[in-house]
Amino acid sequence: MEQPKSGHIYTVSHLTREIKTILEDRFSFVWITGEISNYAAPASGHSYFSLKDAQAVINCVMFKNQKRSLKFALENGLKIFGLARLTLYEPRGSYQLIFEHVEPEGAGALQKAFEQLKKKLGDEGLFDAVHKQPLPYLPQKISVITSGTGAAVRDIIHIAQRRFPNCCLQIVPVMVQGDPAQNEIVCAIEAVNQQCSSDVIILARGGGALEDLAAFNSEIVARAIFASKIPVVTGIGHETDSTIADFTADVRAPTPSAAAELVLPEKKQLARHITDLHFSLSTAITQKLAFFHQKVDDLHSRLKSPVQVVANVKQTIETHFLRMQHALDRQIFHGTEKLSWISQALSGAAPQLQTRTRQVADLCNHLAIAIKTCIFENKHQVRQAAATLAALDPASVLKRGFSIARTLPDKKVILDADTVAVQDRVEIILSKGRIQTRVEKKIHGKDNI
Amino acid sequence: MAKTTFETALKQLEIIVKEMESGDLPLEQALKKYETGIEKVRYCMQILDSTEKRITQLTRDLDGSLVEAPFDHE
Repeated sequence: MEQPKSGHIYTVSHLTREIKTILEDRFSFVWITGEISNYAAPASGHSYFSLKDAQAVINCVMFKNQKRSLKFALENGLKIFGLARLTLYEPRGSYQLIFEHVEPEGAGALQKAFEQLKKKLGDEGLFDAVHKQPLPYLPQKISVITSGTGAAVRDIIHIAQRRFPNCCLQIVPVMVQGDPAQNEIVCAIEAVNQQCSSDVIILARGGGALEDLAAFNSEIVARAIFASKIPVVTGIGHETDSTIADFTADVRAPTPSAAAELVLPEKKQLARHITDLHFSLSTAITQKLAFFHQKVDDLHSRLKSPVQVVANVKQTIETHFLRMQHALDRQIFHGTEKLSWISQALSGAAPQLQTRTRQVADLCNHLAIAIKTCIFENKHQVRQAAATLAALDPASVLKRGFSIARTLPDKKVILDADTVAVQDRVEIILSKGRIQTRVEKKIHGKDNI
Repeated sequence: MAKTTFETALKQLEIIVKEMESGDLPLEQALKKYETGIEKVRYCMQILDSTEKRITQLTRDLDGSLVEAPFDHE
């Protein structure tokens, strides 16, 4: 840094840079007023000029970008008022102002007054959202404060009648420019509030120069709007114009026509909306009733009368009875069948006593008869046999002269001569006694005598 | 008074329709709501139609009293 007396030597660049830093820090932004001279606008689009007053002159530049927002042309001799940065152009060692914003000086004063009032009222809270009153949904009466002869009043009447054909408008004619304008506007706002028959106020004016809108930028009008118990809608000038009245109003519309549109709903739409709601309401209740009808019907059908209950029980009992009867019948039938089957089987198996008894008796008889016959026959045979036996008795035969010859010692009766040999011993039985002899000779053949 | 009740009535009507359409209402209440709703419909329509077409002009008399007279805008 700077070191006095120590022999420090600046280079040009270094010094210039130091100066530049000091200048630019000290005068980063300045408001300045002066007259344009040496104006030049090369093809680059930037503007170069000098700003001078009686004693001094400063080089100035305004770049293309900043020039875009200008509403007037820069020209020699024009007194301007603007915001600029001070800079130092090192290659030429010259300082210059770079303008950000420029206005003609006359308008600049007005603008400044506007900014000041805006700031003042803003600081007081006149523009605060908390103070904004809501607009009535459907105003029954609208007060229009505007010129009684301008286009604005015609536009508002036209729009209002189009949107809501039977609307009620009250025109409060006032001067909208010139010195008496602000007082008339204030009186009108107060009169409407005093009468208190309107739901909303439209404060309107057609477009105009900034000076023409002065009344709407006045403090007394702003305060009257703020004090109004009836909501105020502004429709002032063109869309780009902003007045103090706009900031203070409860609702700001860009134009008088827009204010009328904003304030009045469209009757057709409103009526349609209500008709729709009416329809929805009827539909809903119809459906509801239908629903409950159906529900009641349903429940009714499910609700049993005692008669039916009794009938049902009866039927159940009958059914049971029938089933019981069937079961019983079936059982009886089976039993009977079984019984008959068993009895048949039994009767088939039982002995036939009577027959058998008779048979036994018969057989007894037969037996008795048979045994008697048998006994009788046997007795008879015995008697015959006895007789035969008697006839055959050897004693008798022997008495009649016959004898019996038997071999000895085996005592076999000799019937054939061949059964004995000569000299065999033979015994002869006689009617009285026996003779023992020997065989002398045998004579064969059948003939014995 | 009417200026607030038109909007109120319309809002009430909208609420009633919503409630009715939600379908949870018992029948008695639904019927009551329906009646009220129909009243609101009549009321709103009446307001829409009853507003009398009027364009007036408000001025002050010489003695400073307010005078409202028909406004000729044609």
